[in-house]
Amino acid sequence: MAKIKGLIGRKIGMTQVFDSFGQSQAVTVLEVGPCTVLQKKTVDHEGYNAVQLGFLKKKFKRLNMPEQGHVKKAGLSHGFYVIKEVPVDDPEEFELGQEVTLSDLDLHEIVDIVGTTKGKGFQGTVKRHGFSRGRMGHGSKHHREMGSIGQSAFPSRIIKGKRMPGRMGGKRITVKNCMVIDVRPEDNVILVKGPVPGAKNQPVLIRCK
Amino acid sequence: MDILKKLAFEEMRMDIPEFRPGDTVKVHTKIREGEEKERIQVFEGVVIRRRGGGVSETFTVRKVSYGVGVEKTFPLHSPMIDKIEVVSTGRHKRSRLYFLRDLRGKAAKQKIRAK
Repeated sequence: MAKIKGLIGRKIGMTQVFDSFGQSQAVTVLEVGPCTVLQKKTVDHEGYNAVQLGFLKKKFKRLNMPEQGHVKKAGLSHGFYVIKEVPVDDPEEFELGQEVTLSDLDLHEIVDIVGTTKGKGFQGTVKRHGFSRGRMGHGSKHHREMGSIGQSAFPSRIIKGKRMPGRMGGKRITVKNCMVIDVRPEDNVILVKGPVPGAKNQPVLIRCK
Repeated sequence: MDILKKLAFEEMRMDIPEFRPGDTVKVHTKIREGEEKERIQVFEGVVIRRRGGGVSETFTVRKVSYGVGVEKTFPLHSPMIDKIEVVSTGRHKRSRLYFLRDLRGKAAKQKIRAK
């Protein structure tokens, strides 16, 4: 079987390890796989080559009818909490219901990690966009407001894309070029340098270069 | 076992002697000089704090070198530490001995704690 270019994982948390120079490195611990092949997508049928992977088992009775039908097609008796797609060159190298583990991952020194950031709720411009705030004292009434948002009679509208308060976080973010510090196939765990978006236990997609 | 605890456990050193703020210690550190060349340097002084827990615990050692106060903070579980020797044990009622920075000479001398 060919090596796969991506897998679904879960953020476990952060810790630190000492590298070969004795320096401590902040690392994120990610549980990667095992995933199950749910569906093969081909150029003839869907227009592109990919496999659909499932991660974290879910009881069959917890699935709704369309999901039940979908996992039955793959010959499985349980569903998944997380389902994502990974592009592959030849989907025929994989079988439905086949388990893909960390050792099947085409892992090198550097990976991209896709995750969802923690939701921050409705936030002002100071936190959301890094605007500077006004002085808090000396009679100032301009504390954390955003200031002017445009001109006057011309153009008498607000420019599109003007940064304003609003929902912050909870977005899909890709962290590119994360350095892989350690791989432990026996625990299904990889350690990557630095932070990864999202809270603990949140699913992430590991994409190999 | 929780994988985070397992990872931390593997990184931690079990050969660290027990010492507290106020104790005088000798820290033998490995210094790397170029490729494949190592020597041991000893830093002797009073431990003025220990902070953090688990793998990330650090401790700060203070000494007065040629009239200049020098403080070094070491990660407790660092592989660059060859060994830690406890020279004498001090007696203090607080965990952060920052007041030693303002003391000189005999005032900065550590009382000995009976073992």
